[in-house]
This record gives sequence, structure tokens and C-alpha cells, in this order.
Amino acid sequence: MTDTLASRSGPPVTYSLGVFPDAPPTLEAARAHANSQPLADIDVANPKLFHADLVEPYFERLRREDPIHYVVSPTFGGYWSITRYNDIMAVDTNHQQFSSEAALGGITINTVSSPLPMFIAMDPPKHDEQRRAVQPIVAPTNLRNLEPLIRSRAAAILDELPIGVEFDWVDKVSVELTAMTLATLMDFPQEQRRKLTRWSDVATAVPGGGVIDRPEQWVEEMSECFSTFQALWNERAARPPGNDLISMLAHGAGTRNMPPYEFQGNVVLLIVGGNDTTRNSITGSVLALNQNPEQYQKLREHPELVPSMVSETIRWQTPLAHMRRTAVQDVELGGKLIRKGDKVVMWYLSGNRDETVIERPHEYIIDRARPRQHISFGYGIHRCVGNRLAELQLQVIWEEILKRFPMIEVVGPPERVYSTFVHGYRSLPVRIPRAR
Amino acid sequence: MGRVTYIAHDGAGHTIELAEGESLMRGAVDNQVPGIDGDCGGCAACGTCHIHVAADWLGKVGPASDAEREMLQFADGAAEDSRLACQIRMRDELDGIVVHTPESQH
Repeated sequence: MTDTLASRSGPPVTYSLGVFPDAPPTLEAARAHANSQPLADIDVANPKLFHADLVEPYFERLRREDPIHYVVSPTFGGYWSITRYNDIMAVDTNHQQFSSEAALGGITINTVSSPLPMFIAMDPPKHDEQRRAVQPIVAPTNLRNLEPLIRSRAAAILDELPIGVEFDWVDKVSVELTAMTLATLMDFPQEQRRKLTRWSDVATAVPGGGVIDRPEQWVEEMSECFSTFQALWNERAARPPGNDLISMLAHGAGTRNMPPYEFQGNVVLLIVGGNDTTRNSITGSVLALNQNPEQYQKLREHPELVPSMVSETIRWQTPLAHMRRTAVQDVELGGKLIRKGDKVVMWYLSGNRDETVIERPHEYIIDRARPRQHISFGYGIHRCVGNRLAELQLQVIWEEILKRFPMIEVVGPPERVYSTFVHGYRSLPVRIPRAR
Repeated sequence: MGRVTYIAHDGAGHTIELAEGESLMRGAVDNQVPGIDGDCGGCAACGTCHIHVAADWLGKVGPASDAEREMLQFADGAAEDSRLACQIRMRDELDGIVVHTPESQH
């Protein structure tokens, strides 16, 4: 276990903010630009468009006119954008031709010198063995055992909230609940749980995007993360198998002999997958319900709609905007020839707005006929392993909110994450009105 | 048409009539039979229509495809008799089939 991250790979990304064109000033301007720009030039992989929440007009044009679209990005190189629901499903379920392998580039559009191997960025059979090692943590029996703990924490978090004054929902609620859950799953010291949040933010950060300033900072902060987890691994490996994630990895048949950088990769996967995504869906639910007051009213009157609202929120938010694959042979898709070695980006955010598959996709409707028909968890063998835990946390927090507060009022615009991958929020100012 | 009986984790049974060619997933979802989600709509891509086929019927349903087997390996409690309900379509031979749904889909 002498391999360290810093010694084997460079910083994750080496571009600066200036490389990306500025986002248009308004949604109308973005729509005009998306529709007037030559089709061949449309390049959605611009974090500034996601940061400003202006990417949808571009997706809309691609879905309509060029659903399998190739463009060369100055930063990310050539890549295919897959924007329709059914095409995304076709790629996602075809792991034989579309690889997730880290050595080929992994699962995000970022051009990383050598992405960390983690089971989401592996193909069978190794993927299967490693995924199986951690899967018991989100099995139905374990979730049943976790629910009372999540509920008591949600209640405590909500009972502490200030009334009648503005506060940041992301920091006080979304981060707090998800960090507590993740610390429990990892048997990580609760008092240090905010470290998990920080590492989660850093792991997917674009230098200059507001989380870290320099590429070297990524290596510095993640090295601390990895040495901390290495110590936990050593401690758990020396003890009999336990039921936390680190112990499962340290003792699992498919993971106990993995090299340190694979452990590091899986740590990143579990931290980001188990933290960021649910956090952003919790925040997204408050924002969506505020933007759609009639839906909020419906939820208050029908709290039994919470599970359906949760699924609709996960569709509407799409907490991971994309997953990437690499073609391992020439593949024809929708009349286009994808060449061996090409980078293929499945834009889940766009698939969840596909007018041909989802009825009134631009609307937030908490009692849709088929709320679970969304693509946010992905499809095929890499489908989100923690999807039920994510839903559970969202359901519990909303059941507890509805018992206490008729309204969580958004009082200002959210600050969004600067990323084409993590589709979420850094802050959301809210206020809980005083009871009259 | 053929009959399908779904037996829930708690032993409760639901019997429905299913048109020839329709999948056991679709039959459950359209008839509000609990215990089957079918998130992906029937492409063997999500694993949320996991069922256990009753022993007497196992031979008749035939083997799972490779794609189906890949999804089943991650289903909670998957066993030799596990199948995805979206991949079994009603035909004469399967009239009267009995399947068991798990406690929850994953």
C-alpha cells in the first residue's frame, strides 16, 4: 500500500475558466442563440451554461434536430452528445460496446490524465465483483434498519431551524442530513462528517469554479481524504468483518485485494454517489415546489404523494447531468457512425426532458402517472446502487417537513454548481415563515 | 389470454388475466398488483420487476437472456428461480403461471 495518488496521476483537469464561452445573459438570449447557432457548432459541455441554468434550449435543439451529435470541444476534445431518452437507454444498456473503463476515460466527460478506477468505471466481470461487495449496505433489510435513525436525525435538524429569518437550506438541511447518513454508512466519525462533504465537493470540482482554485489543490485535499480512508481501511481490515462500507470493501471477496488506487477510486465513488446526489435532490425539491406553488399546495393536502413527488423531483433535478462511455468498436446509432475510441456522453438531464417519451416534461407534476420513468439513476448494470437510499432520505425529510412547516419559502436565487457533471446547488436562501 | 397469479411477500395472492404477448411486468403494473415497479418500461434495464417463478413453471418459462441475467445478479435475494417479469410474455403454455414477488424491488 505504498501507491499514492499524487505519485501516479496528475491533477484531474488542467483547464481554466476562460476557455469556455460566457453563457448568454438570459433564457431568451440562450434560446435565440441555441436556435440561430449553426447546428454543427453546438457544444453543450460548457459548465458556464450549467452554472447559469441555461443549457436546456441547446438540448432542446439537439433532441429535435441532431439527437446523436458530434462536436469538438476545445477543452474536452471530440465527443458525442446523446440527448434522447431511448438512445440514452440503448447506450446505457450496451456495456459490451460502450465501456465505462477508467483506463479508456471513465464515466465523465472530463479529460483526466488517468481517472481513478472505481467500480462505476469498470466493465464486467470486475465491476460486478466490486459492486457486489458494497451492495448489502443498501439492501431492503438494511434500509429498514436505517430508517428510524434517518428520521430521528431529520427531525432534529428541522427542529433546530431558525424561524422567520433567512438561512441556507443547502448547508443547514441538505448537507447535514446526507453527511450524517454517509458517515453512518462508512462508520466515519460523525463529528468530522463535514470533511466528507468537502471531499465530495473537491472530488468533482473544476479548478476556478468556486470550490478549488488550483489543480494542485485537488491533489492536496484528496490526498488527505485518501490517507484518512487508508487508516480506516487498515483498522477495519484488522477487525472481523463489520457492516459498514469500509469494512465491506476491506473484507469483500471482490475488493479485499484491490490496489490502493482502486480503493481510493471507490471511496470517491461512494462519497460523491452517496452524498452529492441526494443532497442536490433535497435542495431541488424545495426549489421546484416553490416554483410550482400549486404542486406544493397539492403536496400539503395529500402527503401520501411524497413518494411520487420524490421520484418527480429526481427526474426534474437529474442530480448527475451526464454519464460518459467510450466506444470499444464502431457502432451505428441513429444513423450515425460512432467510431471505436470515441467519447460518448449520455445527457441524462436532456433525456429526462424528452418530449417524445415523457409527457409534459418541462412541467413539475408531483402526481404523474409514471413518476419512476426517469433516467436519473441510469439503466443497465451501472444503474445507481443507492437509488432506494436516496429516495428514502428524500421521503423521510419531506414527511418530517410536512409535519412541522406548511411552507419553506425560497427567498432568493440558488447558487448552482459549476459543472457539466454534478447538477446541483451550492446554496439556496430560504425562510420559514412564522406561524400566524 | 392467460391467467397469472402473483403471490406477494406476505402471502397475499393476486390473479389477473393477461393478453397473449403481454409481459408479466405489464400485467402487474396495469392491474395495480403490488410488488413490481418496472421503472425502465420493460427493457431488462433496471431490475425492478424481479420475481421468483414457482417451481412447477420454471421449466416452461425457459432460460433468461444474458442481459436479463446481468441485471438479476444485482437484484436483492436473487436465486435460481429468479426472472425479470418484463421478459416473460404470456403464451398458451404459461396459462395459470404462479410467480412470487419479493418484499421490495431494488
